[in-house]
Amino acid sequence: MLRFIAARCAQALVVLFGITAICFVILHLTGDPAALMLPESASQKDYQELRERMGFDRPLPEQFAGYMVNAASLDFGNSYHQHRPAMAIVLARVPATFELAIVAFLIALLIALPIGIVSATHRNTVVDYGAMSSALVGQSMPNFWLGLMLMLVFSLWLDLLPVSGRLTYGIEAQAATGFYVFEGLLRLNWTLFKDASLHILLPALTAGLYSSARLTRLVRSSMLDVLGEDYVRTARAKGLPEWKVVNVHALKNAGIPLITLCGIELGLLLGGTVVTETVFAWPGIGMLTMQALQNNDFPIIQAAVFLLAFIFVFINLVVDLVYAWLDPRIRYG
Amino acid sequence: MAEAGPLPFQPSAFVEAWGSLRRHKGALIGAVILLAIIVMALCAQWIAPYDPFAQIPWEGRRGPLTHFDGSGRFVLLGTDHLGRDLLSRIIYASRVTLIVSFTAVVISGFIGVVLGVAAGYYGRWVDAVCMRLVDIFLAFPFELLALSVVAVTGPSLPVVVAVMALRIWVVYARVVRGATLAVKEQDYVQAAIALGASQLRIVLVHVLPNVLTPAIVIATLYVGRVILIESALSFLGIGVPASTPTWGGILGDGRSYLDTAWWIAFFPGLAIMITVLSVNLLGDWVRDYLDPRIQA
Repeated sequence: MLRFIAARCAQALVVLFGITAICFVILHLTGDPAALMLPESASQKDYQELRERMGFDRPLPEQFAGYMVNAASLDFGNSYHQHRPAMAIVLARVPATFELAIVAFLIALLIALPIGIVSATHRNTVVDYGAMSSALVGQSMPNFWLGLMLMLVFSLWLDLLPVSGRLTYGIEAQAATGFYVFEGLLRLNWTLFKDASLHILLPALTAGLYSSARLTRLVRSSMLDVLGEDYVRTARAKGLPEWKVVNVHALKNAGIPLITLCGIELGLLLGGTVVTETVFAWPGIGMLTMQALQNNDFPIIQAAVFLLAFIFVFINLVVDLVYAWLDPRIRYG
Repeated sequence: MAEAGPLPFQPSAFVEAWGSLRRHKGALIGAVILLAIIVMALCAQWIAPYDPFAQIPWEGRRGPLTHFDGSGRFVLLGTDHLGRDLLSRIIYASRVTLIVSFTAVVISGFIGVVLGVAAGYYGRWVDAVCMRLVDIFLAFPFELLALSVVAVTGPSLPVVVAVMALRIWVVYARVVRGATLAVKEQDYVQAAIALGASQLRIVLVHVLPNVLTPAIVIATLYVGRVILIESALSFLGIGVPASTPTWGGILGDGRSYLDTAWWIAFFPGLAIMITVLSVNLLGDWVRDYLDPRIQA
């Protein structure tokens, strides 16, 4: 197991190195990063100054080495716009993105698990066809459109839910952390919890429904795989009630591959919130990056890419280790 | 599948495929709708009732089924904020979507097949390098990758295609690598090696034709996803430049007028959904027909 952990960690490091290298390549795609960073009105003197200050006049290998060393210490330079370290600005938005991704993930699981299991146990019935058709439609829907339509119906027409943002103005002061829904719940602060929940509902549904479509199909196929196994037949043969066969014997074994898939899904939700955050003006990493794009604020974009990639790699690492721990065939394979 | 040489694409293969497609109603409907959309894109200038670029500001933001006395237009799906006919814009926009998605799928397929075959056939360091590259690109948060590339290069059609190809080649590479590993062990490849055939000949004549099936399946399964990605990029304003109508771009415009003119955002989204749904219906059938074991 130790060898497996070491090998898997080394692999994760290689991936992170590669991602950072690609970030460097992207920044140098046009060959002249200094020109991109300056406004059009900048003079030749400003240009020279910036080149020297950022080290863009040095040979590329030297710049690359410097970039990698800085990245290793999470230093992506200061934001051009806010004049603070870019990574600190991005880190401040982490709670918003995390909260949205986690709630979306819970919604996806809540939909996918029961529907996937029922469709597997009632294979080729009306229930199964209905569930699979809905999943197919769900996977074919652009999520920004779904978000806008939910907003149109529930916020603009029915006036049931807030249009955008995370909290109503004036309520932020009650929260000490950036996780408003969870904090409201833990501190039994009803006003905070209710307001934060109402705000998060539509964005989380928008992000979660697409995931749930994919997860439902995966839950169903994992369940179908194990339902045909001998031990399920044995369990039935010895007269166990069907709910016990499905929920104990089958689900436990179908659950192992599902852990991996769920981990990947959570990673995808974290990295894929740009669209949802833009639609609902949700102040997370995605919206921050969109604004940085409009200001040509490269340090922020680079810091955000690096951080989300790091989180994704980390989640995958943990998931793989858990998987290997649960299923010895993996670590000796 | 088992014999060497190019895939047997004889008329009988088409007849057989058509027979199977006819039995799968969902896939057949998908194919018909997709064909209609392709015809619509090809003949946009004859089908579109009005000029998609003609702005008549005082006829802007009027709902579906409006008849204008001024210009004498009858707009089926309403007009956008500049008074352009929404239906004509959606018809024209299908062109960009189809061209971009098709190109991205083909280019990424080419890269993925080349690297996948190389990794699977040559093994050792080629394999190690290709598979680490796959890991790296899989871990990249895609939307942010697109964002940072566009931030540097500016939005343009080739950039959109390139960015999407960067993401999707990975899927081909993994599947094709696996298929190559399996084909390599087949007797006919071993026989060709024993006969002293050159490496290039073995790869091109014996391996490549037999790993194209999984590549075709991946292509059909991914067209839908590529259309969704392209629309998302255009919606965010980092896709095809706004001067060209795209479904995602029109939707992005409509976002600002959601409260007064919902149809500007609604209909392009519906067009995207219908297109992607028909592609997915067809893609599932292609997978089941050619090789149900392939997981994308």
